[in-house]
Amino acid sequence: MSAVTFEAVEKGTELPSLTIHLRRADLVRYAGASGDFNPIHWNARVAQEVGLPDVISHGMLTMALAGRVLTDWLGDPARVVDYSVRFSRPIVVPDTEEGVAVTFGGKVAERLENGTARVDLTAVAEGGKVFGAARAVVRLT
Amino acid sequence: MRSFLPDALRGGRSCPAGLLGYGRDMPVDALVGRAYSTRTPYEVGREKIREFADAIGDPNPVYRDPEVAKAFGHTDVVAPPTFPIVVAFGLLNQLFDDPEAGVALHRVVHADQKFSYTRPLHPGDRLAATLTVEGVRQVAGADLILTRTAITTVDGEPVCTASASIVHRGEAEA
Repeated sequence: MSAVTFEAVEKGTELPSLTIHLRRADLVRYAGASGDFNPIHWNARVAQEVGLPDVISHGMLTMALAGRVLTDWLGDPARVVDYSVRFSRPIVVPDTEEGVAVTFGGKVAERLENGTARVDLTAVAEGGKVFGAARAVVRLT
Repeated sequence: MRSFLPDALRGGRSCPAGLLGYGRDMPVDALVGRAYSTRTPYEVGREKIREFADAIGDPNPVYRDPEVAKAFGHTDVVAPPTFPIVVAFGLLNQLFDDPEAGVALHRVVHADQKFSYTRPLHPGDRLAATLTVEGVRQVAGADLILTRTAITTVDGEPVCTASASIVHRGEAEA
């Protein structure tokens, strides 16, 4: 696995993007693995009762998927120093075979001191941005 | 579709105690300072890391094969960056189960999340964690609850800090 180096990146360097199809079963599986059994992530009736259009993805699943853009690029996941996401728009996951396609991307926003860089991440579903902001500081040396 | 969580929401001012409180018995500001801790050490499991990596659909062998992880200089496989939410969510569940707090799991959505890492997690790590409610703001008819979870080893070595903001909508809002 080739690892990206500090010398090889500059402001604007794009990370390889990733498209994932999210289905209801993915949410159920994530609920089980994470311990987040909030019914808005698997029960349409409850989701609608609290004012959501339908079942929505766990924000933390979306954050994990975006994190893969980082870790696939970095090689070593431990090079992520910090990682934050603001969730601005929920991803509705319909009860269909296809589910919903979400495309994740990333771009180097700034080279910092000490061999680190700030990376901004994006997630787009149904033509809309999912994150209000998503950024990570990564160690490149 | 209405904007679910407008950015303007972030600028909400904190509200004096007593002005809020639909659907709850205590004023929301009384949540501030409440803390929840792991009751027994959380032991990071090799199979739990694999299960979590499977659940996020990530085939990366560094989460499964110790030899791959060792090639990066680790002693064993590492956990994915968002894995510490398993520990933090266990503490959020204590908040949701706390009858005095009046925060219902199904009325909550995640507003933002931040992780700051001191070191990666490995199988066998025995962790202790405390979640503290650091602030509450009222915005657009909902409560924005700011939490911070400090995760250390049972010996006190810092591992990770996980900060979560959650939006709680009371009954009147639904």
